[in-house]
Amino acid sequence: MAELSKNDEQQDATPNVSEVDVVEARTEDEAVDAIEAPAERGEPILQVRNLVKHFPLTQGILIKRQVGAVKAVDGISFDLYQGETLGIVGESGCGKSTVAKLLMNLERVTAGEIFYKGQDITKLSGRALKAVRRNIQMVFQDPYTSLNPRMTVGDIVGEPFEIHPEVAPKGDRRRKVQELLDVVGLNPEHINRYPHQFSGGQRQRIGIARGLALNPEIIICDEPVSALDVSVQAQVVNLMERLQDEFNLSYLFIAHDLSIVRHISDRVGVMYLGQIAEIGTDEQIYDHPTHPYTQALLSAVPVPDPDAREHRERIILTGDVPSPANPPSGCRFRTRCWKAQDKCAEEVPLLAIPERFQGSDSPAAHESACHFAEEKDVVHAA
Amino acid sequence: MSEQIIERPVPADGPTAKAPEPDGKPERVASLWRDGWRDLRKRPMFLISGFVILCLLVLAIAPGLFTARSPFSDGFCDLQHSMDGPTSGHLFGYDVQGCDIYTRTVWGTRNSIIVGVVSTILTTALGGVIGMLAGLWGGWADSVISRVSEIFYALPILIGGLLIMSMVGSSNVWTVSFVLSILGWPQVYRIMRGEVIGNKYNDYVAAARALGASPMRIAFRHILPNTLAPIVVVSTMNLGVYIAAEASLSYLGIGVQSPAISWGLMISDAQDRWLTSPHALLFPAGALSLTVLAFIMLGDVVRDAFDPKLR
Repeated sequence: MAELSKNDEQQDATPNVSEVDVVEARTEDEAVDAIEAPAERGEPILQVRNLVKHFPLTQGILIKRQVGAVKAVDGISFDLYQGETLGIVGESGCGKSTVAKLLMNLERVTAGEIFYKGQDITKLSGRALKAVRRNIQMVFQDPYTSLNPRMTVGDIVGEPFEIHPEVAPKGDRRRKVQELLDVVGLNPEHINRYPHQFSGGQRQRIGIARGLALNPEIIICDEPVSALDVSVQAQVVNLMERLQDEFNLSYLFIAHDLSIVRHISDRVGVMYLGQIAEIGTDEQIYDHPTHPYTQALLSAVPVPDPDAREHRERIILTGDVPSPANPPSGCRFRTRCWKAQDKCAEEVPLLAIPERFQGSDSPAAHESACHFAEEKDVVHAA
Repeated sequence: MSEQIIERPVPADGPTAKAPEPDGKPERVASLWRDGWRDLRKRPMFLISGFVILCLLVLAIAPGLFTARSPFSDGFCDLQHSMDGPTSGHLFGYDVQGCDIYTRTVWGTRNSIIVGVVSTILTTALGGVIGMLAGLWGGWADSVISRVSEIFYALPILIGGLLIMSMVGSSNVWTVSFVLSILGWPQVYRIMRGEVIGNKYNDYVAAARALGASPMRIAFRHILPNTLAPIVVVSTMNLGVYIAAEASLSYLGIGVQSPAISWGLMISDAQDRWLTSPHALLFPAGALSLTVLAFIMLGDVVRDAFDPKLR
């Protein structure tokens, strides 16, 4: 309970999370109406509150006994505003993809809420959930497994219309699919081809076309370019930026490549072991990081200029990421942190503007979950 | 969707605008099935086994086209000719009852093919449906179904066949097919279940769920088409296996019973005198071997053409 009340205080103290306008819907119709209401630019469209996902670890063959849990996502809160791109970065296994699956309702949450236009989508079902699915779509990481090899491109991109027949009348679908292929830069004549006849970048474009088909408001991008060649990555990211302007989309952009995230994001959240370590605008995170983990991540970004490379400080973390089944007490990063002290093992640092920066309008005044947050410009350090 | 036209560079990740086909022919459709079929047609093994199987099918459907007399007509057998060797007009000779072996071999094709085809259809349907359900449901339902399938899988076909045949009482091609299906479905079940479990965690299934697809749509549009190739391969091979199994059961006296004609029965009748008159054994045994070989060969080439793991 004490933990909960702390989190409540934190919500009030930080601009990262705004107050949720819960829309009470007594009937399914009311819920659908709330979901289909247009979103206003600059308003929070998706509000995630204390999201938790634990995967149980069981033992025994016949009688399964729970012996623990992998705490993949352990209490994260953030807002996604209409029309913005929120980047989520973090190393492998920090829970980024689980967040994406939870937001898509592909996994059930253990605790916490996800509000879309004031409706908690974790509790929706039936028609209301279907309406949410129309508005929140996903682009997957691996363009080789995310397209059914037995379906033609036309079937893949046209499937959303079959599931939601109200979006496009039957006779119109083929034209719509060809339009979508054209929008993502593919030849509309290739509607009858199969996925294996395309390159990785082209396949990812097919996946994007499928995500766009229902004209959604939010697209969750789970490492959409990390499986692609660097040259193709830029094309796909630029395509996504163009589509964002054209269709007024909000992106949640998950990646482990810091440069790509900086390129596309308005705000960035840094995740470590199931929690958000630091969140702010891309200038705040990249030029004025205050969390030691963010600083370590940024110091590992390759720098093309050899002179700058010589002179910059490299922070090399020791040890491995601890197991999410048994995370460290207090601050989760303390086992690898050069600043760690006794306090870090005892007290969980809250994601809030550090005390020393409160009231200041310096870019370092953004939420950072560290007891000893201090600014350090690792990217430009000379 | 906005109709706005935007200028965009041609992406460099592959030419999206390919030159049109020279003579304006529609673009070649390349589904995995069509690729597999194109691949199959080029293989001599496929052509040979396909030709043999086609002949066998014609023999099974219309044996009268190849023999002047029916083995069931009066006076077909003449004990005077018992065990006589091949003569002109009776190329395969006579058996111990003085019946023409050629006519009986030709008419025996039908029972073998019926058992092979019926057992294959039944095992594929039964194993496929149960495997699909177990794979999709998972959890305790999957555990229960899998344990039950293992009980049947553990029964040797001859012991299980003896047991079930003695329980059923009458033995004809239909009961033999039934027994082989009861004992054979776990094989298809295992493959189907494995394929379903392997496919259901793929991203394209997650993508369909994210679109709001119903469980039925996911099962039939996304998972089933991706499980069919190995099932088709195994079923093709099973055709030969079940034909051989029918002959074994009949040979042991628990399969098809006289006066019905079966290659296994003919082999059993001829085995006592094979040293003095080998022709009575040779021709039905040869027909059986050729048939089984043709189906196994077909299964082999089909596997090479369709199984994505070998491509």
